[in-house]
Amino acid sequence: MSDRYDRAITVFSPDGHLFQVEYAQEAVKKGSTAVGVRGQDIVVLGVEKKSVAKLQEERTVRKICLLDDHVCMAFAGLTADARILINRARVECQSHKLTVEDPVTVEYITRHMAQLKQRYTQSNGRRPFGLSTLVMGFDYDGTPRLYQTDPAGTYHSWKANAIGRSAKSVREFLEEHYSEEVSASEHETVKLAVKALLEVVQSGAKNIEMAVMKRGEPLKMFELEEIEKFVAEIEKEKEEEAEKKKQKKAGKET
Amino acid sequence: MEFLIGIQGEDFVLVASDMTAARSVFLLKHDQDKMFELSSKLLMLCVGEAGDTVQFAEYIQKNMQLYKIRNGYELSPKAAANFTRKNLADFLRSRTPYMVNMLLAGHDDQDGPSLFYMDYLASLQQVPYAAHGYGSFFTMSVIDRLYKPGLSKDEAQSILQKCLDEVQRRFIINLPMFQVRIIDKDGVHQLPNLRPKPAV
Repeated sequence: MSDRYDRAITVFSPDGHLFQVEYAQEAVKKGSTAVGVRGQDIVVLGVEKKSVAKLQEERTVRKICLLDDHVCMAFAGLTADARILINRARVECQSHKLTVEDPVTVEYITRHMAQLKQRYTQSNGRRPFGLSTLVMGFDYDGTPRLYQTDPAGTYHSWKANAIGRSAKSVREFLEEHYSEEVSASEHETVKLAVKALLEVVQSGAKNIEMAVMKRGEPLKMFELEEIEKFVAEIEKEKEEEAEKKKQKKAGKET
Repeated sequence: MEFLIGIQGEDFVLVASDMTAARSVFLLKHDQDKMFELSSKLLMLCVGEAGDTVQFAEYIQKNMQLYKIRNGYELSPKAAANFTRKNLADFLRSRTPYMVNMLLAGHDDQDGPSLFYMDYLASLQQVPYAAHGYGSFFTMSVIDRLYKPGLSKDEAQSILQKCLDEVQRRFIINLPMFQVRIIDKDGVHQLPNLRPKPAV
């Protein structure tokens, strides 16, 4: 039945699905994972770096992109589509500053990208953008924000979220471990993002890219050493947890 | 009636602009800022048709910002000057030309300090010193006499003071206050506003 209703984007199926949009969401699920966590004074983005071929040169910054001095984003899905979207968003950030003399709010630029994505789900001859994005930054009144968009053109504000491969399990992990305490500490917020990514990325720090933004400061990409420090700390905590559990068990048995 | 002046020194560029904003016989503002920071080490001084100046300058400013966000680094002063020139030239032969005269002053890590003179016909030249406006008729000869390559900051400031005194002495329009900025390897710095010596 579905094969008659998934050719054209502008056709609803009888049970109310837009299949092209849903297929675009499938494309997102194939992309590498991205995680975003919003703290009180810091916002963190982490992405899984896909391992490169032996002869390919590794470029450090690819999946976390600056949209303006105070807003940045990560995406999961089709990289080529992302380039177009990011370019349009960057132009819009400057255009907004030119016309109203104020930098964009994170919500405004997210809404702009979402509207663009929705437009592509309603005109014929064009396919939807195959990517979800995590947009984070600080509004000029200092409030930290994290938004997520998807190929359908919907957007929501989140305290912490994940997109891409295994997004569901990472989101559940975040739900378990996110708390007001964590968000109040900058260090804990970053650690939570790293921990969440490590659920998916087995190989460790060298396949993780992290970026943080603090209020009033430009985007800071983490060096490999800094990520490794967090990973080492997390591993130590895990070991200590395992030790405690073992001792408890041993105590019960004797 | 507006006046811009720029002098390149050893490792810096000193620029000054008058601070009057006038329409017909009225002085609307005496603290108008005619300098636009295009990037951390590039300043554009812009005079000309009311409205065109700010429109064009802000348009260039935001395009420079876009370049920085897109590519991760800022345009060099020379590249920015040429970009500005191209835009001005394109607008010149359209239905909406911009009537603006500009000085672009910047510092590049590789090429050092640079000062560019651009007029409303989109002619661009890199020069060691330049001025725009009626005041230029009085000051260019002063700088011609006093300028030498490799000026120190104090020497350049004393030449600037002499130029502004000359404008006050011989130009019919009163320009009482000048905004002064200096661009060096550490960026753009504001210097105290200069009042030229009274003519009498």
